[in-house]
Amino acid sequence: MSNLENKPNNQEMEGLTETGKIKKVRIKGNRNLVVSLLAILFGLIAGAIYMLAIGKNPITGYYFILSGGLKNLERIGNTLATATPLIFTGLSAAFAFRTGLFNIGAPGQMLMGGLCSTALALTLNLPQYLFLPVILLGSMLSGALWAIVPGFLKAKFNVHEVVSGIMLNWTAYWIVYYIIPTYFKAEYLETESAMIPANASLKVGWLSSLFQGSFINLGLFVAIVAVVLIAFILDKTVLGYELKSVGYNRHAAEYAGISVNKNIILSMMIAGALSGLAGAAFYVGYASNMQIGVMPSQGFDGIAVSLLGNNTPYGVLGAAIFFGLLHSGKGFMNAMTKIPPEIADTIIATIIYFSATSIFIERMLDALKRRKRGAK
Amino acid sequence: MEYVVEMQNIRKAFPGIVANDNITFNLKKGEIHALLGENGAGKSTLMSILFGLIQPDSGVIKIRGKEVKISNPNVANDLGIGMVHQHFKLVHNFTITENIILGLEPKKAKLFVDIKSAAQRIKEVSEKYGLNVDPYAKIEDISVGMQQRVEILKMLYRNAEILIFDEPTAVLTPQEITELMKIMKNLVSEGKSIILITHKLKEIKAVADRCTVIRRGKYIGTVNVASTDEAEMARMMVGREISFKVDKKPQEKGDVILSVENLNVLSNKKVLGLKNFSLSVHRGEILGVAGVEGNGQAELVEAITGLRRVESGKIFLNGTDITNLPIKKRIRSGIAHIPEDRQKRGLVLDYSIEDNMVLEIYDTPPYSKNGILNPAAIRKHAEKIIESFDVRSGKGPEAIARSLSGGNQQKAIIGREIELDPDILIAVQPTRGLDVGSIEYIHKRLVEQRDAGKAVLLVSLELDEIMNLSDRIAIVNNGELIGIVNASETDENEIGLMMAGLRKGERA
Ligand SMILES: Nc1ncnc2c1ncn2[C@@H]1O[C@H](COP(=O)(O)OP(=O)(O)OP(=O)(O)O)[C@@H](O)[C@H]1O
Ligand SMILES: [Mg+2]
Repeated sequence: MSNLENKPNNQEMEGLTETGKIKKVRIKGNRNLVVSLLAILFGLIAGAIYMLAIGKNPITGYYFILSGGLKNLERIGNTLATATPLIFTGLSAAFAFRTGLFNIGAPGQMLMGGLCSTALALTLNLPQYLFLPVILLGSMLSGALWAIVPGFLKAKFNVHEVVSGIMLNWTAYWIVYYIIPTYFKAEYLETESAMIPANASLKVGWLSSLFQGSFINLGLFVAIVAVVLIAFILDKTVLGYELKSVGYNRHAAEYAGISVNKNIILSMMIAGALSGLAGAAFYVGYASNMQIGVMPSQGFDGIAVSLLGNNTPYGVLGAAIFFGLLHSGKGFMNAMTKIPPEIADTIIATIIYFSATSIFIERMLDALKRRKRGAK
Repeated sequence: MEYVVEMQNIRKAFPGIVANDNITFNLKKGEIHALLGENGAGKSTLMSILFGLIQPDSGVIKIRGKEVKISNPNVANDLGIGMVHQHFKLVHNFTITENIILGLEPKKAKLFVDIKSAAQRIKEVSEKYGLNVDPYAKIEDISVGMQQRVEILKMLYRNAEILIFDEPTAVLTPQEITELMKIMKNLVSEGKSIILITHKLKEIKAVADRCTVIRRGKYIGTVNVASTDEAEMARMMVGREISFKVDKKPQEKGDVILSVENLNVLSNKKVLGLKNFSLSVHRGEILGVAGVEGNGQAELVEAITGLRRVESGKIFLNGTDITNLPIKKRIRSGIAHIPEDRQKRGLVLDYSIEDNMVLEIYDTPPYSKNGILNPAAIRKHAEKIIESFDVRSGKGPEAIARSLSGGNQQKAIIGREIELDPDILIAVQPTRGLDVGSIEYIHKRLVEQRDAGKAVLLVSLELDEIMNLSDRIAIVNNGELIGIVNASETDENEIGLMMAGLRKGERA
């Protein structure tokens, strides 16, 4: 992964070129798209084989996954609502990857974002048009602050962000575990917060009724704005140029006078803010309150979303919606065919496998191309 | 005639460029065969094809008369082909033995790696060819020249008979080069066959039997080295006459631009790499720094550019103290730097060439405004550099830096730094890996800087280059300034003695 760049022993990593060895020249976007689509295809084929192996018909299986996710407006709304936090965490991971960092701390940042949103929602009482921006800002800030820690440790002491990120995930987990029952307890249950009041929820009446009462919420629009904004920052701004320089080659960045430490911390903060927003979108958008004792899997799934989306913002958008579809359709498939819903997770795992080993698919494409030329 | 390698009508195209266009290349058994061509001519590509790293679009490869398909480096290994890459591929915290047996570890009782017997064999092979390596030394502790021998041993350990060297001498000191030449001669006398890529015609003259020249992907011809001369080879390669001598106007020396005073700087090993070092550079001069590698040159350059902290002492640029200025401010106040390691410092290899060309100025107008980049201005800037420095690639400004040939990467960096129009240009090994035509041009540009009243601090391991270009020469040894001589009043002999640490007047 690109964060190898930052290890002390990287001379030969960066040197592996000249003679063509590992000349991993990125050949334009459409090739990457083909690789991602093939990864999905392989995942689906693998899923079909699993279904056959347990004696089920894959065609009906897939039919019910699709109809479970898309059959009517309500289900489409739920698919998009499931995808929303994934868009945020996917963006978070992608942003970090592009700047040479591995943000495995997204679950913790998401928890802190969710906790802050929940706390704001349950303590303040503002008109909705003010309340929602305040909550979103709060979630961003807390995610960003939480991510400063690994950023700082990496910049100052070269502590790998994966190590500190995982530690902070569990720190956040236990903070939530303590704070929610102590201050924001639900009426009856010890294990969850009180209900989010309507004027603090990202679920708004007109949208829910438009989608026949689904979970879809304003978080989706914030996510789409974030996709556009992050794409803009990465590709078109001085900030993006600096962040990517540090990510690709910190020695060259230093040589050019770009502050490596500042950019590492900044990059982690932006990634953290995005994961924080995922927390808002999930806990005060998709859900109606915050549960304790759950590490949000969306935080980790963001890494997969980013991989499948080739670490680009628009790729993340597509990949998140696709994963959202699988997740929201698998229950329906299970209800209609008795195929275990875990099949969907297996499909996702296979897709991740193939997109993480995309080099394999690229080799295959190369070989195919050569054969075609030879045949001519 | 027995050929061990026959490459016939090899073709390989990359987007926008045909790197190998029907090239034919034959290697006789027991010969040293040089492969010569301009930067980007396609030498590395051809050798990567032979080593199975790249698949050709068409063409035939025969090894010992038998047609083969080399689909990956393992196949090449089995065919007895070995390759020393320009950038070594060693694991730094492994010992030499561990590096060499990586991938084919001998097993004891099928379970445990038998380091001892491997080390024994490495020692034998090393002695046989006069390589002189210690099997138990760690890579991080040995010199670049020694690392290269490890790469050579790696091939020999795998019983390679056909040895490919891609610009092996670019990273070596002159002493190490002499050693390497001896080793190569030993190897052929033991029946190995060698392909040698180098831009240094002197080396070809010294060791090679035959020389094949390619130009812009096309086969030009093969000559017997004994019956040709350097000028002729250079002409075949670039298609015109090359002048090896630098034209220089008489010097008009001006005020001091840069001065360092009593500088003490720690080296990577945390000992003083630069000791109480003082030096000043004037407008209108090229000051050469001569010395054996690792005698304080890197510390001096990094202290001036801001990449390394100074323990004590001062650095002045145009009279202002810059000792504690951040790097960006130093660049803005007129320092430019051609770094020693083009891939580590000089380029963001995954950026396009155009993005690399604004590495120091992306945040100034016209390249950006209010934090937004201006792609049109960036493109124009890159095109200018590509044009004037003849940076060749398949896709011009859009080419990813990694896809450029080594020499073209170097030319791009030099172009970028000279385009900054600095008051002082710090050029470390600026022509490393360049072909003779490009060297001629770069030298001309450096002299132009000087003639325009700017200054150049030239650090090079090649005495020829230092002697040819410099007005004055500072000689360093063990982190100390041994002395400064006028280039017109000295000779290689005197400089050589001073490089060994003898001060003027100390000699008997
Ligand atoms: N992976 C690649 N993708 C695109 N173009 C490439 C790739 N590898 C090489 N090229 C192009 O092919 C041409 C030949 O490159 P090659 O590295 O073989 O040159 P070379 O003769 O070794 O030059 P040098 O002396 O500078 O090392 C160059 O123009 C280079 O830009
Ligand atoms: Mg080359």
